Amino acid sequence: MPEPVEVVVNGEPRSLEVEGRTLLVHALRDGLGLTGTHVGCDTSQCGACTVLVGGRAVKSCTMLALQASGSEVTTIEGLARGDGLHPLQQAFVEHHGLQCGFCTPGMILTAVDLLSQEPDPDDGTIRRALRGNYCRCTGYQTVIDSIRAAGAMLRSEAK
Amino acid sequence: MIPAPVRYLRARTYEEAFEALADPDAKVLAGGQSLLPVLKLRVVRPSVLVDIAELGAGGAEVDDGAVSVGALTTWATLGELPELDRPAFAAIGECAHEIGDLQVRNRGTLGGSLVHADPASDMPAVVLALGAELVLRSSAGERTIRADDFFVGPFLTALAPGEVLVDIRFPILPAGSGSAYAKVEHPASGFALAGAAALVRPDGSSSIAITGIGAHASLLPADADSVDAVAATEIYGDDFAPAEYRRQLAGVVVRRALARAEARAAEDA
Repeated sequence: MPEPVEVVVNGEPRSLEVEGRTLLVHALRDGLGLTGTHVGCDTSQCGACTVLVGGRAVKSCTMLALQASGSEVTTIEGLARGDGLHPLQQAFVEHHGLQCGFCTPGMILTAVDLLSQEPDPDDGTIRRALRGNYCRCTGYQTVIDSIRAAGAMLRSEAK
Repeated sequence: MIPAPVRYLRARTYEEAFEALADPDAKVLAGGQSLLPVLKLRVVRPSVLVDIAELGAGGAEVDDGAVSVGALTTWATLGELPELDRPAFAAIGECAHEIGDLQVRNRGTLGGSLVHADPASDMPAVVLALGAELVLRSSAGERTIRADDFFVGPFLTALAPGEVLVDIRFPILPAGSGSAYAKVEHPASGFALAGAAALVRPDGSSSIAITGIGAHASLLPADADSVDAVAATEIYGDDFAPAEYRRQLAGVVVRRALARAEARAAEDA
């Protein structure tokens, strides 16, 4: 039986009808058409479905849509600043942080959480934060380079 | 994978939760980091999910000789609690820091993990070694149970139908106490192949608990040599880590946890 869920997605209040069992990732993709959030493993391992709920990274395949009711959700579509990319998006472009791009939305949203908690992480801290995000192309080093560069951009903006 | 059809109820009060939990097929949902994966595999098919996330804020308070930590405290918060920032409680943060991954630590809760009672989960060993008590609430009232009486088998605890874990009480230990958690983890899942939590008291006595090797986490006998005690434990093996290998690992993690706990106790003296 469908139930209403009210969430603020990328700054806009949205309401939709979901089943009790509907996963947040499916509500975002199928209900709201936000297909930037990817379903990779679907078993809580790979992190391709990572979004921010209340500003913190979560795996949207491991959360019911109804659990997010009343929360603020940020997906990859909500990160750009008008016509300009978010520093993390820009850094991933400049430092070759992606090849096929499938894991990228999840990588970037996890990195948003990391940099909000630790603005100047060392490589070990970045690697630890990426434990729940799999990339099968890059070998991770360029992802780490991208996150470090984005951290520097964000720190200089904050000054 | 999509869970089987299920009703969802966000409980606003404990009374509302207990009423829904009178249904024997109801399941409590907290952070969902253990429950959602098994719902998706349809290993579990409850009639209703009773979401208790709004029934407590998570966090800690000091009362009556113990630090009482809310069951809904996430791993991310648990590692940062100032009330636990002392050598005697170091095992708690050390364990929380290594659980799952960043996303799981943002959602997963201390209480959820303890009641799930995965035999390879980390935290049961820590609550055992630190002598914690668990506060359980139901429509009949509250009761307190020692961690040592709580874990009874794989995914099996002393929690009665309709009961909810609300607080975990860690007794405050005298200065000169130190604790630590050490594990060797499965490289893919991160679960413990063998994990050990150790507490060393000012008089040099210790409590050691092991996880990942048997039916459930358990305390080693207080007066036994820890290596002999591990050897005497019934150990489970599988293709990835046969019983004999796990026995070796258990000895290693016990020694590592004990050495770190002793060093912390000495620093705190």
